[in-house]
Amino acid sequence: MAMELDVFVGNTTIMDEEVYQLWLDGYTVSDAVKVRMEGGVMEECEASADVLLSDTMDQYRTFQMCERLLYSPAKLANQLLFQIPPHRQAILIERYYAFDDAFVREVLGKKLSKGTKKDLDDISAKTNVTLKSCRRQFDNFKRVFKVVEELKGPLVENIRQHFLLSDKLARDYAAIVFFANNRFETGKRKLQYLTFQDFAFCAGQLINNWTVGAVGEQIPTDHQRSFRFYMDVDLDKEFLQELKELKILITDKDLLDQHKSLVCTALRGKTKAFNEMEANFKNLSRGLVNIAAKLTNTKDVRDFFIDLVEKFIEPCRSDRWTAADMKLYLTHYTNSAHILDTFKHQVVWDRYMGVIKSCIFKMFHD
Amino acid sequence: MPGKLKAKIVAGRHLPVMDRASDLTDAFVEVKFGNTTFKTDVCPKSLNPQWNSEWFKFEVDDEDLQDEPLQVTVLDHDTYSANDAIGKVYIDIDPLLCNEAASVISGWFPIYDTIHGIRGEINVLVKVELFNDLNRFRQSSCGVKFFCTTSIPRCYRAAMVHGFVEELVVNEDPEYQWIDRIRTPRASNEARQRLISLMSGELQRKIGLKVLEMGGNAVVGYLQCFDLEGESGLVVRAIGTACTLDKLSSGSAPNTATHTHPNTAPASNACNSPSKDGKEPVFGEDLLSSSGPPTPFRALPTSSSSPPPLSPSKPCSRQSSSSDTDLSLTPKTGMGSGGSAGKEAGPLKTLLRQQTQTALEQREFPFFTLTSFPPGFLVHVGGVVSARSVKLLDRIHNPDEPETRDAWWEEIRQEIKSHAKALGCHAVVGYSESTSICEEVCILSASGTAAILNPRYMREGCLDIGIVDHRFEDPSPPSCGFCHIPYDELNMPFPTQLTYCYHCRRQKVPDVLFTTIDLPPEAAVTGKGCLIQARLCRLKKKAQGEVNATAISNLLPFMEYELHTQLMNKLKLRSMNALFGLRIQISIGENMLLGLASATGVYLTALPAPGGIQIAGKTPGDLSNEHHILTIQKRINDTIAKNKEIYQINPPKLFALDPEVFCGTNMELTEEVVGSPIPEPRQRSRLFRSHSESSDEVSELDLSHGKKDAFVLEIDDTDAVEDIHSLLTDATIPTGFNSCNTEIMPGIYNWTSAVQMFTSVRVFRLSNANLTNQGLNKIFTDLCENLLKSFYFKLRSMIPCCLCHLNFTVAVPEEELIQVAVTAVAMTYDKDQTQEKPAEKPITKGCIETEEQLQFPMELCADSSSTNTQLSSKISGVQETTNVSSRDRCSTWLELLRLKAHTIRRGSVKTISSLERSSPVPDGRSRSLRSTRGFGGSSVTVVKMTPLSFLPGTRIIKYLGIINMFFIRETTSLREEGGVSGFLHSFIAEVFAMVRAHVAALGGNAVVSYSMKECVFMENPNKNQAQCLINVSGDAVICVRETDQEPVPSNIGQTCTSETDGAT
Repeated sequence: MAMELDVFVGNTTIMDEEVYQLWLDGYTVSDAVKVRMEGGVMEECEASADVLLSDTMDQYRTFQMCERLLYSPAKLANQLLFQIPPHRQAILIERYYAFDDAFVREVLGKKLSKGTKKDLDDISAKTNVTLKSCRRQFDNFKRVFKVVEELKGPLVENIRQHFLLSDKLARDYAAIVFFANNRFETGKRKLQYLTFQDFAFCAGQLINNWTVGAVGEQIPTDHQRSFRFYMDVDLDKEFLQELKELKILITDKDLLDQHKSLVCTALRGKTKAFNEMEANFKNLSRGLVNIAAKLTNTKDVRDFFIDLVEKFIEPCRSDRWTAADMKLYLTHYTNSAHILDTFKHQVVWDRYMGVIKSCIFKMFHD
Repeated sequence: MPGKLKAKIVAGRHLPVMDRASDLTDAFVEVKFGNTTFKTDVCPKSLNPQWNSEWFKFEVDDEDLQDEPLQVTVLDHDTYSANDAIGKVYIDIDPLLCNEAASVISGWFPIYDTIHGIRGEINVLVKVELFNDLNRFRQSSCGVKFFCTTSIPRCYRAAMVHGFVEELVVNEDPEYQWIDRIRTPRASNEARQRLISLMSGELQRKIGLKVLEMGGNAVVGYLQCFDLEGESGLVVRAIGTACTLDKLSSGSAPNTATHTHPNTAPASNACNSPSKDGKEPVFGEDLLSSSGPPTPFRALPTSSSSPPPLSPSKPCSRQSSSSDTDLSLTPKTGMGSGGSAGKEAGPLKTLLRQQTQTALEQREFPFFTLTSFPPGFLVHVGGVVSARSVKLLDRIHNPDEPETRDAWWEEIRQEIKSHAKALGCHAVVGYSESTSICEEVCILSASGTAAILNPRYMREGCLDIGIVDHRFEDPSPPSCGFCHIPYDELNMPFPTQLTYCYHCRRQKVPDVLFTTIDLPPEAAVTGKGCLIQARLCRLKKKAQGEVNATAISNLLPFMEYELHTQLMNKLKLRSMNALFGLRIQISIGENMLLGLASATGVYLTALPAPGGIQIAGKTPGDLSNEHHILTIQKRINDTIAKNKEIYQINPPKLFALDPEVFCGTNMELTEEVVGSPIPEPRQRSRLFRSHSESSDEVSELDLSHGKKDAFVLEIDDTDAVEDIHSLLTDATIPTGFNSCNTEIMPGIYNWTSAVQMFTSVRVFRLSNANLTNQGLNKIFTDLCENLLKSFYFKLRSMIPCCLCHLNFTVAVPEEELIQVAVTAVAMTYDKDQTQEKPAEKPITKGCIETEEQLQFPMELCADSSSTNTQLSSKISGVQETTNVSSRDRCSTWLELLRLKAHTIRRGSVKTISSLERSSPVPDGRSRSLRSTRGFGGSSVTVVKMTPLSFLPGTRIIKYLGIINMFFIRETTSLREEGGVSGFLHSFIAEVFAMVRAHVAALGGNAVVSYSMKECVFMENPNKNQAQCLINVSGDAVICVRETDQEPVPSNIGQTCTSETDGAT
């Protein structure tokens, strides 16, 4: 029976989680009805297709009405229009801000601009995520970005408070914002094998160690006019400057040799790949230190991940290192630098290598 | 005398952006009461302004306080052009005028605009300082409490029930004034909202005055309605039951044993009661003057062609017709003075009856809008009485003299009264009135249940009688007493078959019982109940004026007859024998009439098992036909058997029969009750029994009962086949669900606390222009059935659950449209214990509650159970003849109908009972309190809503006042708002939100007895426009969990942030 008008409104807003997911996934009403029919709800309660259609339409309308509240989730808790139990509110928000890894992988590090938005149909075709869903996810990224971009304090905490997200999701968003802000290149073919979670992990490392916020220092008040400096959306410029000092490790021949012999002594007999390690030491060391030295250039910051892959991971992989080899090598490589008496930049070195180590571990897939 | 109204504007939030340039708003607020306006400062450039205004003080008459709402308007300041209105909040301050209700209104209100809907919220604080007024001639009635609840509200006890109060006010509808052509839709809507708010305030005040005059302090079962008569004006009318209520102190609530002596409160009350002045005689008053004036029993009209006695001769009301819900098939001639007929059998009883009747007759209308009653109040139930009248609307010329409308209702009520009298009953309970308007034709309807009441409740000092009037005490146990026939079996007002009560075996009961009231909680019921609906469409030629009115009034009796037949068939099909909460609605459209009857069917243990339905063909010789009939018969029998299982109807085997009466008939009776619903079709011959038989000697009647009770349907044409098919196609309820339209679901006693109130509206457009009655019926039936199916599906997560108080409203908004609106509540229950209602419980519980919870005097319980056997025989002898539903319209059409359907028995009822009625839900529900999982962490108060008078698992500790709100919403961008469904969906959600906000501001956490009285929807898709009017009402309350003493924490500060953790 085709109804001219058909509504159902509960005092407590009724929401079916399955339908919500279909709506979020961008299904049209009729597609959603099909999916639900296949799911077997009908047998469950002797419903007909009409009933299912009417229910789906009702729910879709409810979600559409709720959508503008979800733009600023804090409003959901004190709005009066819908009476929604808090645990449901939490589910609504969490699901609304959830995203597809496949989609986010495509836009990670891209500028969240109108230009990118125009490419969404391509991304939709490529990832098999509906355009509608792509738009929602993209708009979510953009919305979160806009809100936290100008906020002081820890990024993850800001996102969690403003969008009432779970810790895990807030961290993912922090990664997305961080990548978008620094425009890290993630789309090159060589980086394709990396998942969003790999990048999110790296972003976490960078945020926790390389930003101003990470140091945990109280910023003097006179710096407040340039508040962008003490947020952890941006890398710590001073630290990036200091990284240039590390160049001594490759420019000073003695130091380089000394470093190599220390590492090789420690590694000898502990790995099958020892010969390759010894042969490649200088190259690899140059690679890592050069990355550090160039990070003052925005362009090179963008290429950070691609450089890691090209300068370090790929050579190792072609030498058939195992993950354990990698771990062993990097540990000794980092620690040996402390024994070099002429090398004075231990603190910077640790701050740098700590992140590099964990990023490479994550990015090195066996 | 003045009162001082104080208002403070605190803050706003979530305001809309009014200045596109800055994306901000410069908001300020105007606070208006009467003709006085105050303004706050402008709070520049903020969507969350903090005004923190001073206290705005209005010094006003309390009359104005009652009539006027406080009007709060939020505006956007504009330096160069006119200020833009953001929206308004109307705050009804009536709850503040009663010291027992709310003391302050404080909270966030949605800012509402009739074009844009809710636009942000505003925090307002309102207080009233009222000076006591001793002026006798005052026009205000502050302090009279109003309740929508149709029973004595929890936490009060009824010291006295005074009776019926009614009032109506009329005005011109602003929408139809000439000025409407030049003002904006917004201005027009606001004028209308304001006018209706004023009118309902005035109406309430006037009713309050009447109550004070009668000596009461409250109105229970307050039912207010709007008639949008279009060109001819706007009518706001209300009915209710005036009572004197005493508040139970919170200390004496359920579990405390303190039992104030019944004498004290009512006695003092009686002394102060102004009704001593004899202004308004309280019926029952002269009961002791033993020689009551002869009861003027009006002879029943023999033909309905005679105009109603009070029919005004005004031209506008020339078309006046009425008909009965319960159509009696017997010509009523010779049934004259039912009262005197049975005198010989029991002179004393008759005398008493006369006295009571006299007492009641001193009332203009002995009507009660209550549907459930204090213990001992309801003695007999006589059956449904109803009256309808078709009127032609005419412009209301003088709003101050609403005589015409008054006269119309007066006329209807007179008719109802006479119907009740014809049934031997002196009162009408479960009374309600309604209208249906299409163009200039209007159907006025009234219906109720004829009953005999215990007059003690209507007498002053009634409750402190040490000298209990034992003559009225009925020996019948409360679990079946009300089923016993009230009328004289020798002279029955309508054909019915009497048997001895299957419960107590002492008194006669009818075979079927129809009522508009709720099932008395102590009634003995077998199995579960279910919603039963009869649906009907009738095409009608388009016509104008009088011709149209005549056509409609000619159709009405046929419709009522068919609805009744359908109800009866469906009742039998479910193997049930009584209907409660019967509500028959007939709506007019330009080219059709819609009829919808809803009720809750139950199997009353006291009544005989219903016979089955037997199919008979018109040509018994035709073999193929015969085969067909057999098939149908089999299907029907199967359905009945299946239904018995579904509703768990396993009537007890016959127990000890009264040997004196039943000697020799035991065998037959046993067979009949236990046996198969339908005797073999072959053996049965069609029944054309004359109903006069029902007045046969008792034993004979019982003997023949088994043969008689099968209900015969004759298949004589295709229509009949269709009817039977539609009978069988009613979808069964999915397992785990139950449905009813009453407060209590018979058979379910252990509610858990999950509650989901909902409103659903559907409009169907008839596409086929050449529809037949049958086709229309099918569409209409499907529409209703699909709605129910939809509910079951949507609420499947609540299983096991019961849809309670399913209230269907049908309308024909336009020529091709059928609109059905439903409001109901889904409540969960504990599956394990559905079945048993401990045998002893009904009675004992009644007593306990009487004593402890409601503080009704103990005597009532004691009295009702102390059966006076001597009297019993007399009483049974004296039952008067009553004509259930009234008067026949005209014998000719009755004859006609009689030919068509052969044996139709009227559901009529009579009841003797001393009802203890307090909480419709027995204490079983307290067991599982799931409410803890409620809304833990919202910063917005959770407000539960329910159309019932209670919330399972909770106890109401305070009534904060009546909620009565009227909203208009209009749009000129229908498509953009998601079409008609999107538009209405958000409007209904907004209405809920505004109701919740007002309740929360009063300090409440729930609305009980909520109802959506009006939902008028109009659209013009071509112009991309739509308009909707909604009127809702209910009682704002504070309730606490049954186990708690403290109020449920209604405002939990914790935000949901903490809960989001780990929710991924």
